[in-house]
Amino acid sequence: MQQFHQTFFEESFEGLDIMENELLNLDLGNTDNEVINTIFRAAHSIKGGSGTFGFTAVSEFTHVAETLLDEMRDGIRPVTQEAVDILLRSVDIIRGMLSALSEGGEMDADAIAKGQAELETLLNAGDTAVETPSDAEQASGSVDGWQIEFKPHPEMLKTGNDPVRMIKALAELGELDVQTDVSDLPALLDLNPEDSYLGWTITLKGDVAEAEILEVFEWVDDECDLAISPLNAAPETKPEQPETAEQAGPAAAAPVDTSTQAPAKEPAKAATTAAKKSGESASIRVGIDKVDEIINLVGELVITQSMLGQIGGELDSEQGHENHQMEKLVEGLAQLERNTRELQESVMRIRMLPISFVFSRIPRLIHDLSSKLDKKVDLVVTGENTELDKTVMEKIGDPMVHLVRNALDHGIETPERRVAAGKSETGTLNLNAYHKGGNIVIEIFDDGAGLNKEKILNKARANGLVGENEVPPDDFINDLIFHPGLSTAETLSDVSGRGVGMDVVRKNIKAVGGSVRVSSTEGKGAMFTIQLPLTLAILDGQLVRVGDETYIIPLVSIIESLQVKSEQVNAVAGKAELYKLRDEYIPVIRAHSVFAVGDANYSLNDRLMVVVEGDGAKAGIIVDDLLAQQQVVIKSLETNYRSVSGISGATILGDGTVALILDVPGIIDMFRGDANPVPPAPIKPDGSNIAEQAA
Amino acid sequence: MTTPASEVDSVIGSETDPDADQFLTFVLATEEYGVDILRVREIKGWDSVTPIPNTPSYIKGVINLRGTIVPIVDLRQRFGMEEIEYGPMTVVIVLKIECADRDRIMGIVVDAVSDVYDVPKEEMKDAPDFGSVVDTEFIRGLATVEEKMIIILDIDHLLSGDEIIMTDKLTA
Amino acid sequence: MASILAVDDSASMRQMVCFTLKGAGYDVTEAKDGQEALQIAKSKSFNLVITDINMPNMDGITLTKELRALAPYKFTPILTLTTESSQEKKMAGKQAGATGWIVKPFNPDQLLATVKKVLG
Repeated sequence: MQQFHQTFFEESFEGLDIMENELLNLDLGNTDNEVINTIFRAAHSIKGGSGTFGFTAVSEFTHVAETLLDEMRDGIRPVTQEAVDILLRSVDIIRGMLSALSEGGEMDADAIAKGQAELETLLNAGDTAVETPSDAEQASGSVDGWQIEFKPHPEMLKTGNDPVRMIKALAELGELDVQTDVSDLPALLDLNPEDSYLGWTITLKGDVAEAEILEVFEWVDDECDLAISPLNAAPETKPEQPETAEQAGPAAAAPVDTSTQAPAKEPAKAATTAAKKSGESASIRVGIDKVDEIINLVGELVITQSMLGQIGGELDSEQGHENHQMEKLVEGLAQLERNTRELQESVMRIRMLPISFVFSRIPRLIHDLSSKLDKKVDLVVTGENTELDKTVMEKIGDPMVHLVRNALDHGIETPERRVAAGKSETGTLNLNAYHKGGNIVIEIFDDGAGLNKEKILNKARANGLVGENEVPPDDFINDLIFHPGLSTAETLSDVSGRGVGMDVVRKNIKAVGGSVRVSSTEGKGAMFTIQLPLTLAILDGQLVRVGDETYIIPLVSIIESLQVKSEQVNAVAGKAELYKLRDEYIPVIRAHSVFAVGDANYSLNDRLMVVVEGDGAKAGIIVDDLLAQQQVVIKSLETNYRSVSGISGATILGDGTVALILDVPGIIDMFRGDANPVPPAPIKPDGSNIAEQAA
Repeated sequence: MTTPASEVDSVIGSETDPDADQFLTFVLATEEYGVDILRVREIKGWDSVTPIPNTPSYIKGVINLRGTIVPIVDLRQRFGMEEIEYGPMTVVIVLKIECADRDRIMGIVVDAVSDVYDVPKEEMKDAPDFGSVVDTEFIRGLATVEEKMIIILDIDHLLSGDEIIMTDKLTA
Repeated sequence: MASILAVDDSASMRQMVCFTLKGAGYDVTEAKDGQEALQIAKSKSFNLVITDINMPNMDGITLTKELRALAPYKFTPILTLTTESSQEKKMAGKQAGATGWIVKPFNPDQLLATVKKVLG
């Protein structure tokens, strides 16, 4: 049984989502009955399933909600805002119960009791009594046996009920004596084979409860004449008719045959999850581990193909082009590369899902928060079809929710304040998503009050992050909200309990290889920009040589590569080196010293520098050589080792060796020194770093 | 030169005595050590590694083991012994380590592999207390086989120390 | 071996019913709503149809009526799966021509016993 629990939970959570969405979309003035029906069906399924799988608490709770919905779809109960709100809360409770069950946690009994009471109050206030399951009748006492007069109505056969079957069932209860009454049987020519004409007098001996007999005839209660009387101690004289246990009469021919007759059986298709051709979009539910396995295998294929490609290239240059076979081999390898690349792209797309899955949590959140905070908020969503990797999406759900809560709590002002500021009463929260380069960009912006720089600055000063008399640029101040010391004060106290603050938001986004920034105009609004990699498994990288080692720099982080001219390099405080790149100064990072590879003491003149950008900060990394650009499969260092600063992962090159992938923001951080917790500070025109000044 | 797990398995498969544990023994300088054979995934010859920055020197780097990145630890350096040059006899033993959060695969570089021995459970002696001279947390016990002393290692303790497995990144 | 058509819009219910009945040696075909079931029933014959009542596209009551209108299914046992314990829902099924009903929640043994009762 437990093997089906997983599917039950999945489809129940989906059902709850449907319920929630439709409840939110209900147009109270003009309710669409089909919508109510959909909501009802979802609740109905959950109730039925949970009952079948033994989750009685869920089943009982859902039953009350389902009853409410049933009344609504029958038109007995009006659809009011109050009812919708109560039902929305019920959805939450059921979700909680199912989560507890599926994850093995504790159910919140208080919340459940409260919610159930709420539902029941509403239900009972509406004059319609809650249905109680009918109790099975208990027959009292035991008897020697029963006499049963059973005469099916002529049309009983047409419901697929078979008297023979019932008599057999009685035979299982005790000792049976059957006499057939053929008095109603017409002449053969007048006989309608689809009708029942026979009747039976059955004597059932044994310690049988009347209820058991009634159960046998349960379904045909209204389609037959049934008389049951207990046998006395002194048995009645049995009828003398010679007909005895003869059962199947000619009139029963038709139905009996139909039930046993089975024209050529076709093997039943074991279609557990495959979609049928019912004209709806065909989709299959596949376990994510299967998909991951395919992705892994394709990754291996890419590596092997790349190895072959490399060998082919070497052989080719050795052998020259005279060799006909060589040409064909090289062609074949090129074809292989194209095919592999296509296969890889195709496979990566399997895990891509539209971001609407995450965005869909927001309407409910806004609905609840705006009423709780007494604020009016409109939600505008664009780009919800933008796709991203499922795993990435799962990880940014919580951070996004937190940012939205933040926007509602601190960003959007109350209607009064808005009007006073000359804005419309209703604030607007925008969610937008689009692709840019190898990333997906998510924007959350509002037309609220924006970040309060004064407040942030004061807190920063109180925490010693900013000097008393310093006034850093706006961007710097705004970015401070992500700093651990500051953010906790900005959190809603009942948000989490999960200890979520802006710093955790940034941390979680970074954990999936993304970044988050904020920009704000006081009085006008604020915008949070989240940038995430489209996929966690593949990377377009630039291979570089540093000393004897090969490293990979993600192409998306590279701005340009150039040759260093020593005139452009300035030293600062005798330690740091800055390069003048057009109109800004960027720090110079000697890869050799960061990675302790080769000799790091060299003149920078004529050296190769790769200008990179990470988390808004730029830097120039000095390398020895630029090698090929290729797509690499990202392998985790953490699986068997641990995460390493400055390294985001590893990959296996065509020759089978391991190459490390640089984490550009990480390297820039490392370069500034681990001890410095302040986020990347912009460089002032005179080359000094604000943080250094304050130190 | 790789002895895949399958071959190792066939060694275990033959006559496993339920009252004895089987150990793969190897040599480091003049000392002989043993590891639980059930933890040995494979035995490889030494090949180049990719060094990882900012790691203790006894962590040589990582290698590609059929698609998985596996860290390699030089045991001589881990024990603070004199380093030697790797040669054709140098061997990497790939082990399955059981850590608090999950299992990991790691390799250790040793001078040479010795043999596989059965050691009856009652013959395994505890290591004496060396005081502060030697950290004995990673010694599971001592065994005597063919008049030699074998130091049986607790590889989980040896290789999941804090400096090797850190779950937090140094910088946010 | 008897063949059964199981109709329910809940995948987990279908799985369980299917699994239970197949385990007892029956041939089982699944459908996720009345419309699908009707189409399948027209192309294959079954000894028994077990259907849920509340489903999208075509509910169990309508399915029962439609099946009864087909010659091969005039006398085929049709059982409705219902969580409603109210008489009217059970009767609605009967009125549409159903043979009987099974009340949810049921455990696999109950299901098997009922199926056995009906198929003999």
